[in-house]
Amino acid sequence: MKRPLIEVRDLRFRYGGGEAALNGVSFRLDEGESVALFGPNGSGKTTFVLHLNGLLQGEGSVEVCGLPVERRNLSAIRRKIGLVFQDSESQLFMPTVLEDVAFGPINRGLSRPEALDRAMAALRTVGMDAAAGRAPYHLSAGEQKKAAIAGILATGPEILVLDEPTTFLDPPGQRALAELLAALPQAKIVVTHNIPFALALCPRAVFFQEGVIVAEGPTAEVVARFRWNFDSAPAKSLR
Amino acid sequence: MVSIVHIPDGFLSTPVWATLDVAAFPAVGYMARRAQRGFDDARIPLLGVMGAFVFAAQMINFPVGIGTSAHLLGAALLACTLGPAAASVTMAAILAIQALVFQDGGILALGPNVINMAIAGVLAGYLPFYLWGGGRWRTAAIFAGGVLSALVSAVLALAELMLSGVRMPAAILGVSLALFLAAAVLEGAITVAVIGALEKIQPNFIRQPRAGRPWALGAAALAGLLLATVGVLFASAAPDGIQRLGRQTGIAERAKALFSTPFADYQAAFFQAGWERKAAGGLAGIAIVYAACLIAGRAAARKRRP
Amino acid sequence: MHHIVLERWSRGASALHARDPRAKIVPLLVFLTALATARRALPEFSAVLFLLLCAALLGARIPLLAALARAALVLPFAAVFAAVCWLSGDPARGVAVALKSYLSALAVLTLVATTPLPALLRGLEAMRVPLFLLTVAQFLYRYLFVISEEAQHMSKAAAARGAPVRPMASSGARFRAAAGALAVLFARSYGRARDVHRAMLARGFTGRLPTLYDLRFRPADAAFAALASLAPLAARLAVERIG
Repeated sequence: MKRPLIEVRDLRFRYGGGEAALNGVSFRLDEGESVALFGPNGSGKTTFVLHLNGLLQGEGSVEVCGLPVERRNLSAIRRKIGLVFQDSESQLFMPTVLEDVAFGPINRGLSRPEALDRAMAALRTVGMDAAAGRAPYHLSAGEQKKAAIAGILATGPEILVLDEPTTFLDPPGQRALAELLAALPQAKIVVTHNIPFALALCPRAVFFQEGVIVAEGPTAEVVARFRWNFDSAPAKSLR
Repeated sequence: MVSIVHIPDGFLSTPVWATLDVAAFPAVGYMARRAQRGFDDARIPLLGVMGAFVFAAQMINFPVGIGTSAHLLGAALLACTLGPAAASVTMAAILAIQALVFQDGGILALGPNVINMAIAGVLAGYLPFYLWGGGRWRTAAIFAGGVLSALVSAVLALAELMLSGVRMPAAILGVSLALFLAAAVLEGAITVAVIGALEKIQPNFIRQPRAGRPWALGAAALAGLLLATVGVLFASAAPDGIQRLGRQTGIAERAKALFSTPFADYQAAFFQAGWERKAAGGLAGIAIVYAACLIAGRAAARKRRP
Repeated sequence: MHHIVLERWSRGASALHARDPRAKIVPLLVFLTALATARRALPEFSAVLFLLLCAALLGARIPLLAALARAALVLPFAAVFAAVCWLSGDPARGVAVALKSYLSALAVLTLVATTPLPALLRGLEAMRVPLFLLTVAQFLYRYLFVISEEAQHMSKAAAARGAPVRPMASSGARFRAAAGALAVLFARSYGRARDVHRAMLARGFTGRLPTLYDLRFRPADAAFAALASLAPLAARLAVERIG
């Protein structure tokens, strides 16, 4: 049996004493796998992925590449998991695209020339090397998303986690993004409402509801079971 | 008088800014160490946003009276949300950026500005909240904190200007003081309103001090702070007036007889010496206010942890 | 917005821009101190300092007039103050205050217009300013942009709903509405700021300032620091000797 990249057991979390956001989630990701995370808004998908690199810490166990997510492992774990946030503007905060992409490598302690080399290489991977000197807030939504992904790739992760990557992208942009991601060798977790995108990219899917995973299986089957698309009327009961 | 609190370079005399710069550096260092102890990384955004928020609020002038304006200080707001140490550091950061990037307040005058607002202002703003913020006088305590912080900061700034040898006609001084008071009341009202609104949105933004502090101690501390502040102002503002009053009523003589402390000498020197000597005396007064605030803050910060 | 202009200026490529931030901070402090303690022949001394700063700004290819206008932000304050001094029969002090505050602001502007803020903070860190203070300052500066963006969104949304965009007025209801709007603005900004911070942490941010600006104090920096520190001192000695 292959070693899992991510192993989550019975994860529970509540925000600031409020209602439970995660109610016992168990999850596993193997090497080279791509998984889609479906579920209604507020079902805990984003909260869940924030646990994978310790930005939130709840009860239960989360292991990444065999390392438990604890304070002392955080820097090693954040090196292995690259998290691309839904809102690119939150992610891009340096004055130029190149400096922003170099932010991760510099935090890893690389020297300035090494970090800039890495950043340029990552920008070439996503086809954004021509925009290296531009200001992030002057880019289109699609370009911003690519720059954000380059910023993650520059840190050399083994796992990519993308939260709603197609938000703000036009259909050709969504398609281009799917092609770009499919060509990347890393294992992927994709939180999305975009069914064609998920079908193109992820063979497996899990379905979140009220803070637990209620189903998992081949993506098309999960979609069909929950009638989780625009064309079909919603299932009477989601359970 | 337009907002007096951000003193630019060139306004203060050398002994005043130099002394306060020397005092401010270790004070901020102490506050930074204090704030960092047991600091949770996840609070960095709160610090930054509160700071940026207060920063922005300080740039919005609201009218006070006719033709004059003041702006929010935010010291009490910061203290009630971040705690005194982190609030001090945040306010110091605000002042530094304003001085560097916005030419609002001087670099050599950063020490005085930090002492007035980031140390004395924050601690004065926190004191009532620390004492009564946990009980049913909570709103009043927040209001008092806002008033007190604005008053202490403005009065210290005014005192420093006067110690630097600026003479103000009594009429202008009176008007300034009245405006300070009005601005301070407004500061209190805004502090209460913003904290109330914040609490509605996210209750855990605001600190919850324990209830049931001893009244007498708190009242004494507050009264002492107010007296010291007013005393500093009068000592540095109107020595001539005090002298005249003293001669008329003989209070100075009696006071000298009553308190045979270093202050007697201070007073004696005060009436005879030139402004430099007066400045030295007044600085001692400011140092006392400052030390009182620092000790109060220290005690507050220590008692907070069980 | 003012600070965006400054940000652009600070990313120029002159010899002055290239100096180590410490080699600019030290002369600035010398400059400010020499100016603040000057008493005799102040107008002449000010004129010399003014020319020095103009030369530095021109050398750094900063638009001179724009910089001079920006530093004039302190003048309204100084004017009120000068008026007070004049009223109390001390006009010389009023003039001195106006001169000193304007030149000090211009000197600080010269530093900030030739040094990007992250580099400046790095320099201050190397000069033993508490790191925690600098980290907070850096976040605060970054979040100013976040707040102004959120404020624009909100005022657009309010305008779209037909609310008049008007400054805070005196009635109690408006006051509370304004406080409420501020609180909402705060909460939204906080949400954004938290996201930004999370995104930074996710990329390995450990609380240290990014070191894209390697500090290296070269001989040229030392020479510049020495020269630039001596200039105002020499000017003062010369002016006071003649005057």
